[in-house]
Order: sequence, then C-alpha cells, then structure tokens
Amino acid sequence: MGYKKKTITLAIIAAVVTLIYVLYDLSGNIGYILPRRIISVVAIILTAAAIGFATTVFMTITNNRILTPNILGLDSLYMLLQTFIIFAFGSQSLVMMSSNINYLLSVGVMVLFSLLLYRLLFKGENNNIYFLLLIGMILGTFFGSFTDFMQVLIDPNEFMVAQDQMFASINNVNENLVYLSLGLMVLVTLYFSRFYKYLDVLALGKDQAINLGVPYNYVVKRLLIIVAILISIATALVGPITFLGLLVVNVAYEFLKTFRHFYLIIGSILISIIALVGGQFFVAEVFTFQTTISVIINFIGGIYFIYLLLKENKTW
Amino acid sequence: MVDLKRVFKKYNDKNVINDVSVSVEKGTITSFIGPNGAGKSTLISMVSRLIAKDEGDITIDGKDITTQKNNEMAKKISILKQSNNLNLRLTIRELVSFGRFPYSQGRLTKEDWEKVDEAIDYMELRDMQDKYLDELSGGQRQRAHIAMVIAQDTEYILLDEPLNNLDMRHSVQIMKTLRKLVDDMGKTILIVIHDINFASCYSDHIVALKDGEIVKQGRTCDVIDNCVLRDIYDMDIDVQYVNNQRICVYFA
Repeated sequence: MGYKKKTITLAIIAAVVTLIYVLYDLSGNIGYILPRRIISVVAIILTAAAIGFATTVFMTITNNRILTPNILGLDSLYMLLQTFIIFAFGSQSLVMMSSNINYLLSVGVMVLFSLLLYRLLFKGENNNIYFLLLIGMILGTFFGSFTDFMQVLIDPNEFMVAQDQMFASINNVNENLVYLSLGLMVLVTLYFSRFYKYLDVLALGKDQAINLGVPYNYVVKRLLIIVAILISIATALVGPITFLGLLVVNVAYEFLKTFRHFYLIIGSILISIIALVGGQFFVAEVFTFQTTISVIINFIGGIYFIYLLLKENKTW
Repeated sequence: MVDLKRVFKKYNDKNVINDVSVSVEKGTITSFIGPNGAGKSTLISMVSRLIAKDEGDITIDGKDITTQKNNEMAKKISILKQSNNLNLRLTIRELVSFGRFPYSQGRLTKEDWEKVDEAIDYMELRDMQDKYLDELSGGQRQRAHIAMVIAQDTEYILLDEPLNNLDMRHSVQIMKTLRKLVDDMGKTILIVIHDINFASCYSDHIVALKDGEIVKQGRTCDVIDNCVLRDIYDMDIDVQYVNNQRICVYFA
C-alpha cells in the first residue's frame, strides 16, 4: 500500500471515529446534546491538528525525531502564567473568569516567549539546536519550580482552580474560543503555505538546504513562529498534552514511510485526531470520566518515548 | 571566476582564516590542501554561503555572494560536504531529484526529470536508482550525492573531502568523474583534499593553507615541490616522477 492510499485510509478512520464520537448513544434532548458534542469534537480536532502539524514541522527543522515543541517549556510557561494570575489576582479575577481574555493572554505570552528563545537560537551561526533545547529545558524546569512555589503559597481553594488548568480538559470547552482558534489556525495555515515547499529540503539538513537555495534563517525563523503559535493555540484551548506530538509524528513516519511533508503533515494530523477523539471517547464512555485524556496520552506516549530511546542506537 | 579578497574569519577570537585572497579560474580543478585545522573547510564553506565571513569580499563572476538571491546562487554554485548523514529514508533517485529544487521549487517538470536521469546515468547508478541510501556502501552513497550535485547543474562545484572513507578504486573513480566534468562540461571545481597525490594528479591549481593563511598558491607543478611541501606540512616529502606525474612519497 502506497503512502497516498494510507493517507486516505487514515482520513476514513478519522472520519469514522469522529462520527462515532458525535453520534454514539445520542438520546434525550438531541437539540441540546448534538451542538455541544459538535463544538467539543471541533475543539479536539483543532487541538489534534495543531499539535500534529506543529510537531511535524518542528522535527523537520530540528532534524530529529525525539524533540517536540512542548519540551521547549511552552507547557510550563502556560502553567506558570495560570498560577501566577491566580496567585496575584485570585481565581475570581477577570482574567481567570473570562476565558477569552485568558486565552488571548496565554497565546500572546507563549508566542512572545518563543520569539525571545528563537532570538537566542539564531544569534550564533553554529547549529545551535542543542543550545535551544538546553535553554528551553532549563527555563521549563525553572517555570515548573516557580509554579510549584506559588501553588504552595496560595489558598487551597485557589490551588484547586490552578490544578484544574494543569490537565488537558476537553469536557467543557468555551464555544467562542473554538471559533477564535479555528480562525487563528486558518490564518497560520495560509501563512504557512508560503513556506511549505521548503520543508522537504529542510529535512536534508541545514547545509543541503542552503546549498539548494533555501533562505535558511528566514524560513526557519518563520516556521518556528508558526510552530509556537500552533502549540500555544492547542495549549490555551485545552491545556498541556505532552506526548501527543511525539507519538503521532513518529507513528506517521513509521506508517507512511515517505519523506514528503505534504503527506507527513496530513498523516500526523489525522493520526492525532484519531488518537485524541478516540481517546476522549474512551475517557467518556469506558472510564466514565474517572481519568483524563492527558493521562492516557502521557501513559502511552511515555512508553513509546522509552521505546524510541532504546531504538535510537539503531537506525531510524 | 571565484574571487576571494582579504577574507577573515574568527571563531571566539581565534583567527581561522587570516587575510586570504584567492582567485579560481573557470574550467579548472583547484585543490585546497594543508594540515588539519588549516581552515580549508571553513574557506570553502564561506564560498558556498554555509557560513558567513567576517571581513573581505567573496565574488563569483564579479557578483558578491551575499547580495545575490539564494535561489539564483543555488543555480550557480553547489557544495557537497564531507558528512552526509541523512536521517531521511530516500532512494538514490529521490535524492538526485532534490538537486532540481532551485529550478522547480519541488514541482519537477519533465525537463527536470530528464536532468535527473542524465545525472544518474552519468554516475552509472541507473541499476540501483531505486535503492535506499542506507542500503548502499560508502562509495555508492558518495556517487549518489555527486549525482545530485550534477543534477543541480551549477557552473561551480565545491567538494569538501569527497574521498573521505573511500577505497582507492572509488577514489580514482570519483576523481576521474570530476576531471570529466571539468573537461567535458566546462565546470569549475573547488575541492578540499587530504591526499596530496590525488591533488597532484588531478588538479590544475593548488592552494596550500596553513593556520588560516595561504602558504602558496599556483599551478600544481609549482606547489608540489619539496621546499613548498616542507613549509606546509613541516615534514620532508620526497617528490618523485612516476609516469610524468609528481608523486609525493611521505610514508617513511
């Protein structure tokens, strides 16, 4: 089976999973349940697409298959921001109460942080990917510790609110945010289409990309900004999901066995949708909300990550 | 013409390239020789835009390389680096087709595929063109990369130690191919090479570097010389004539 057919198969599976999610056990007040389910499935699909898309691009730019954009501290920064707002202004403050403001603030801060980090990355002319990783991890740890520190100090009731933000939750997504995210995603994708043609060449590495006439720094900077915006959208919409990107992109590579990014990106997005919509369905119907989707994804993702590390000494 | 005028490059206050001026004529093979750390690779990387120079001018056919469009430069000059570790699973044909990127931006036309076929035939890779790169031997992989450079169809070709890890047969094969590219297709080749005998037998000009400075540049016969080689390598190298070629004997 070629990668084109495989991509179509993935699309069909994703569509079926989505339909099951929306239509399963649809009884009672359909007029009330159906729109809510559709909104929630759109939110899941947006998150899944943003993560699959961003991680594929990020792995290509950094020429590796283990590093995901989440490891660069965006998640920790999001948590720090949420905790800080509660710490400074309380959970009843306007920012915490209005999810629109909170969303825009989170996206804004995360994108700004990424821009700063990228300035560091491109300051030198050496391949400073490892430097970026290091700085990102250190900052991530720093943000995490600082978050913990503030969480210890705040009122236990406030802490409950903070903890609520810590796990990805798709059960009650704000409708307005879904539209906003959808709009942002469309804009980002349009902007991305200008750089799409470079991805296959970027996968050959920096030297080859420059040799083949890619304006390397210009393109990579913009792609990294796109990645940051996508991850920020996903995180602000439902919360941090650490391992999803790693999982889906690697599965896409293994499954599609191609280097063509058109198919890799679509494949990653589709696998991501299948994993997230399917996972959420299990959370709702099998575990009856006794656990959250991020716990399941992190569990499976963690195992897969260890497997990748063990496999690393062999060829990809 | 590739012209370097008073080029400097520093890494952490250490001058790796110190006031180097070189000009390379069209339609020749110019070898860059010298001990490890002499700055050969740095120099060739600067010409190919992989790293930026600190001071000086680098021009190709009279045009400054930094002011030219990336895409136009990629049709004029190509480089093959010594390490080509790809973490992509590509077939030879797919790799070679990347050489057409500057012309087609990824959407290859019929003409592009003809060029790809030509390049594959030129490197005699037709039988194995659908094999994956990780299934190939070092020599075959190097030939595949050279085929890609040929498909890129640039006037100037820069190679950074293309003979690394190759046995004698493959080394000779590749040097002969390069010679053919220059003689038949009028390419201009700049090559970083460690084996001075290959440099002596196949190049028209030699540029000898040491500690980031030029020790000697000129025609091959002027550089492959006892005194000059002693200056470059700090050892006595006996130059003998074998079949009208200058062969350096330095093994004992």
